[in-house]
Amino acid sequence: MEMEAINFVDLELVHVLYLFVVGFVGGLVSGFIGSGGAFVLTPAMMSMGVPGIVAVASNICHKFPKALVGAIKRARYGQVDWKLGLIMGVSAEVGMLVGANVQQHIKQTFGDVGSSLYVSVAFVIVLAIVGGYVLYDAWKLHREGNADKDEEAGRLARWVQSVHIPGTMMHFKSINARVSVLFTIPMGFATGMLAATIAVGGFIGVPSMMYVLGVPSLMASATELVIAFVMGLGGTIKFAWGGYVDIRLAMIILAGSLFGIQLGAIGTTYVKPYMIKVVMGTIMAMVLVSRALVLPVYLGQLEVIERLSETTETVLSRISFLVMIAALVVGAGIVLWALWHGRRAHLRQHAAMEEAIASD
Amino acid sequence: MAGKQATQAGSVKLKAIGFGVLSVALYGALFVFEDDLLAASTGGGWAFVVPVVVAFVFSYIHGAFTGHFWDALGIQAKK
Repeated sequence: MEMEAINFVDLELVHVLYLFVVGFVGGLVSGFIGSGGAFVLTPAMMSMGVPGIVAVASNICHKFPKALVGAIKRARYGQVDWKLGLIMGVSAEVGMLVGANVQQHIKQTFGDVGSSLYVSVAFVIVLAIVGGYVLYDAWKLHREGNADKDEEAGRLARWVQSVHIPGTMMHFKSINARVSVLFTIPMGFATGMLAATIAVGGFIGVPSMMYVLGVPSLMASATELVIAFVMGLGGTIKFAWGGYVDIRLAMIILAGSLFGIQLGAIGTTYVKPYMIKVVMGTIMAMVLVSRALVLPVYLGQLEVIERLSETTETVLSRISFLVMIAALVVGAGIVLWALWHGRRAHLRQHAAMEEAIASD
Repeated sequence: MAGKQATQAGSVKLKAIGFGVLSVALYGALFVFEDDLLAASTGGGWAFVVPVVVAFVFSYIHGAFTGHFWDALGIQAKK
């Protein structure tokens, strides 16, 4: 990476508070679903006048310590498969480097608009397919009244677990089975590619662990934090090597996000596992709408379709950003609601048990 | 039993306050020395170590504080 003159912003109190709050909300979601809380941070920093590359670099620098704290917390609840997380994390690291190069190539060939279009198309395709399935699965579990049951591996996961490729098999505690790393490597790679493209690798990482390997959703979302830590550390080194990390911004976001990630992690101990799918699917669907709204703007600017008026472009871009923020707020709202309800039910049950013991 | 619980609650609060003070001190230092820190961390090359080490230190201290903070408020994981 070539060194160039970078403009680091002066910190104002309003910026500090803004990043703290966005960090908290993002941390809350990440602590619960393992990922998905950071995608508004880069545009949020850019709206403060932070250059794009510094915003990306500072975002990633707050992600790895946040993911580490979240992973340690959730490991205490027995939800983390460290081996699977580290193995997928290494292949995700490679995927992230390749993804960043693809991104750079598209930017050089098609310019900023082409790059934005590529990112939005990636968002729309991945979110429509994966997000749609996650939401459908959550709805099916709820409708069939299976929300309380232990999750069972699906047909695909059962097939993956039955495939034996000598020399590549590895035992993972989250599924208590041996699986070929020839399955986990592409999964990690795709997670990294997506992380480099849309900043949220977990939208592939978590569903792939759930549906391809058969990892229970609570463990998949917790293990994603290990992958995020490995990717975040590698990404931070890459960007810091070029001198792009604004450590002040990263640590301010971290201040809020660590409060959030602790609370999100606590929340996972009170909810039914299918809530992970509900939150993840809801956020993915809303982000899909957000990105779909700006597609005509980029297509018009690239002259693939007739260009929209300047006012329409501005309105669509603003609505898109607001929907993205709303996605995070709605996700955080569901997490808080689930935590509050789960905790209240638990305390009631606890009080009833103590009363029964006292009356014996 | 009740006495033991009260001692535990007191210890959690003490830890929250202790790590809270350390965390505030770290963030205070970040703001006081922001120019020096920014210069040291954006030099490129091996200077990458600075933001990485800073992030690990903050995650340890502030991570411990935030964990004890929710504990002290009584918001704990289901046992």
